[in-house]
Amino acid sequence: MLPTDALLQLTPQGLYCEAAGAWIDPWRPVPRALITHAHADHARPGCGEYWATASSEGILRKRLGAGIKLIPVDYGALHRIGEARVSFHSAGHVLGSAQIRLEAGGESWLVSGDYKRDADPSCAPFEPVQADVFITEATFGWPIYRWRPGIAVAREIVQWWQNAPERASILFCYAFGKAQRVLAELACLGISDEILLHGAVEALMAPYREAGVQLPPTRAVSSLERKADLSGRLVLAPPAAHRSVWMKRFKTPQTAFVSGWMAVRGARRRRGYERGFVLSDHADWDGLLSSVRESGARQVYVTHGNSDGLARYLHEVEGIAAEPLGGAFAAERGDNEAAANNDAPDGA
Amino acid sequence: MQTFAELIERLDVSRGTHAKVSTLVEFFNQCPPHDAAWALQVLLGGSRRRLITGRRLRQICLEHSPLPDWLFDDCYSHVGDSAETIALLWQQVSAGGDDRWDNASTAEPLSSQPLHYWMEVLLPQAASAPDPEQQAAAVRRLWQGLSAQQLLVANKLLTGGLRIGVAKGLVVKALAQLSGVEDAVLQHRLMGGFSPTAQAWETLLAPTDALAAVPSRPYPFFLASPLELNAGTAEGAPLSGPTEHWLIEWKWDGIRGQLIRRQGQSFLWSRGEELLNDAFPELIDAATTLDDGTVLDGEVIVWHPGSARPASFAELQRRLGRKSTGRKLLAECPAAFVAYDLLEWEGDDWRPRPLSQRRTALETLIQQLPVATQTPAAGLLRLSEQLTLAHWEELEPLRQQATDTGAEGLMLKAMGSPYLAGRKRGHWWKHKRDPYSLDAVLLYAQAGSGRRANLFTDYTFGLWDGSGQLVSFAKAYSGLDDGEITALDRWIRSHTTERFGPVRAVEPLQVFELAFEGIQRSTRHKSGIAVRFPRISRWRRDKPAAEADSLTSALALLGPIA
Repeated sequence: MLPTDALLQLTPQGLYCEAAGAWIDPWRPVPRALITHAHADHARPGCGEYWATASSEGILRKRLGAGIKLIPVDYGALHRIGEARVSFHSAGHVLGSAQIRLEAGGESWLVSGDYKRDADPSCAPFEPVQADVFITEATFGWPIYRWRPGIAVAREIVQWWQNAPERASILFCYAFGKAQRVLAELACLGISDEILLHGAVEALMAPYREAGVQLPPTRAVSSLERKADLSGRLVLAPPAAHRSVWMKRFKTPQTAFVSGWMAVRGARRRRGYERGFVLSDHADWDGLLSSVRESGARQVYVTHGNSDGLARYLHEVEGIAAEPLGGAFAAERGDNEAAANNDAPDGA
Repeated sequence: MQTFAELIERLDVSRGTHAKVSTLVEFFNQCPPHDAAWALQVLLGGSRRRLITGRRLRQICLEHSPLPDWLFDDCYSHVGDSAETIALLWQQVSAGGDDRWDNASTAEPLSSQPLHYWMEVLLPQAASAPDPEQQAAAVRRLWQGLSAQQLLVANKLLTGGLRIGVAKGLVVKALAQLSGVEDAVLQHRLMGGFSPTAQAWETLLAPTDALAAVPSRPYPFFLASPLELNAGTAEGAPLSGPTEHWLIEWKWDGIRGQLIRRQGQSFLWSRGEELLNDAFPELIDAATTLDDGTVLDGEVIVWHPGSARPASFAELQRRLGRKSTGRKLLAECPAAFVAYDLLEWEGDDWRPRPLSQRRTALETLIQQLPVATQTPAAGLLRLSEQLTLAHWEELEPLRQQATDTGAEGLMLKAMGSPYLAGRKRGHWWKHKRDPYSLDAVLLYAQAGSGRRANLFTDYTFGLWDGSGQLVSFAKAYSGLDDGEITALDRWIRSHTTERFGPVRAVEPLQVFELAFEGIQRSTRHKSGIAVRFPRISRWRRDKPAAEADSLTSALALLGPIA
């Protein structure tokens, strides 16, 4: 638990910084919200004002409403909010994602939001930031998780797709973040074929194109004629579309799921996709450890996933004061099927 | 080994019989015979020998790594499979890339070595290294440069536990496609063990049979299907024609066995193709009274001389899995072989003949045995009793008598049926008595393994004792559908009261109807009872925990025979 005199406090609405009069990724409507990124479990509707990175503005307005009061900030710029000095730093998770650093009363805190350390052509890279106290996620906080470069996974995807010219290849991935990362990786491989998209993915493409991310040409499946021949086409869709009526128009598609969870055989078999590609927008075990070390923090709090395990490891093996952060963070996001199967909560 | 690891992965992800079979055909087609033989051996589960324990592998993996044991356990309960956990962790541990280990990472990966070389040389050699240090080095050499999938397969082969989602029937189907030899013939050729050599592979798939001469070789068992009367008139189901067209017998709760007498030798095989000669010496003795060229199908069961009903399955269990059987145990748990079919007589294969002929011959054969082996009440080899019905309305009352007779239910076999291989619907039916059932309260949950890893699917249930406490009495793993599992998993996570390692205690609120086949007193269980094959039949969301059953109601099920 957080000490009662700490800069940040855990309230029923979420993490609260009294000095700034602001909540970070609040769970319920509050007057002032600082948003790490636009995934649905971090950015919720109904707040008085939102502080968020300029590059996340497009998606936030799409998801929370065009009329929200949003103060766009640039990465690295220092802002005074109330008594606190606040800055947003790239988290490398998805387009516009940030870690938020707060400083007041001679103490600095860094809230990671979701982050990854691997290269991703669809968003800015992670920026190491130092602080006295670091609140890190641990969605994939088990040493069994070790990511390969995105480009290597993209090569596998291309091979899978191009080896089945007689079938449509439906690739399931989270609609915001993962889908665009896959597309950007394909562009890096020189793929210029038109990729088909489910409506939920299509809806989020514009902000990426506006941000100048290199992407192959795309088109909504729904804009094609009902009887169009889809064999040999690659289609990106959110997991919620798997086994839904939407799939009826594909005759005998091959299916695959792109997610960090696909590293484990049981998870692959359970979900019933023919193929699993291991690609995550979260930090793997090494990424978590190196980020904690680079933060230079004397105290670490851990949220999400294996928060207990990572905190204990940091404490016992690395000798860093660390503990899991309770409250609604204890809901074990990603640790269960339901959460991981729904679209958007974590972009795992 | 590389192509075999790929095969396992492809089988894992392919859906449906057709896809799996064509994956297998494609693999075997381009596989050299010696490797094909080993692949088949592994696929059929015939190489389950543990060369090295999972615990030792884990030790080798974690040696010199900063990862503590508790973190391994944490990973294991997340992954649900020990060999896979080690495979995934080794990638992390070895990724340091420095020369912590004697084998520099420049050594050529062994994945390019053929499967037979792995199975015959590399794996046994690593496992039997003279001292722990050399063993660790040898195992790390095996692991060197392997992909995650190859590591998983290597570890599974080392620990003897490679189970893949491919049924024997599918493998046989693929072999049939490959060779043009009939399914049933291949099944027969595969019975009683297969030795993984290039020659055995070629003999197996040869157009003509060179294997018939092996005296120990059993026939594939013919299996019955459950009779579901509510499902209407299933094709070939009884209850339509005259009752005399059916052989009706008790279904005993023993183990299926095939007793072979050929060339002066006797063999007793279980349905799982284990040779039971050492476990049941008295039946092997009794088989010497059979003529050469005789094969019987029947039930192996413990039956005390003079008793009207067989002993419990627990007594039979004491006789299983033994290399030798002492005189004391032989006296305490005497076995009998209840014969119900004749597969071979005078050296001829009788399986194509109708059951009516086989039964008549079987009766004659048993009657001709020396008195010592065939006295109906005390015989070691005895004839399965034929039950008669005047009309089908008597079937249900007869089934109701099963419990009192000590049987599991009834068998109904078409008198005109040949003896087929495997489960073929339409000829043989099993009609079990209704299971016992109790409403119990969920107390503990633990994550499952394999497909259910990281989902709470292993449940412990309790019943009320006299003092208003819940006492755990049974574990169950099956019976809920995927939707219910997910819902219950979520409920468990939000209603956990305590954690004991991987086990969670939950608020005692959810009631489930459990079905089970048998119930016995037990001193090893806190509740004082043990149940057989417990499974969940319904989630009683409508029932408050206070209305769940008590130990007293469970004891009442024990009935007079306890």
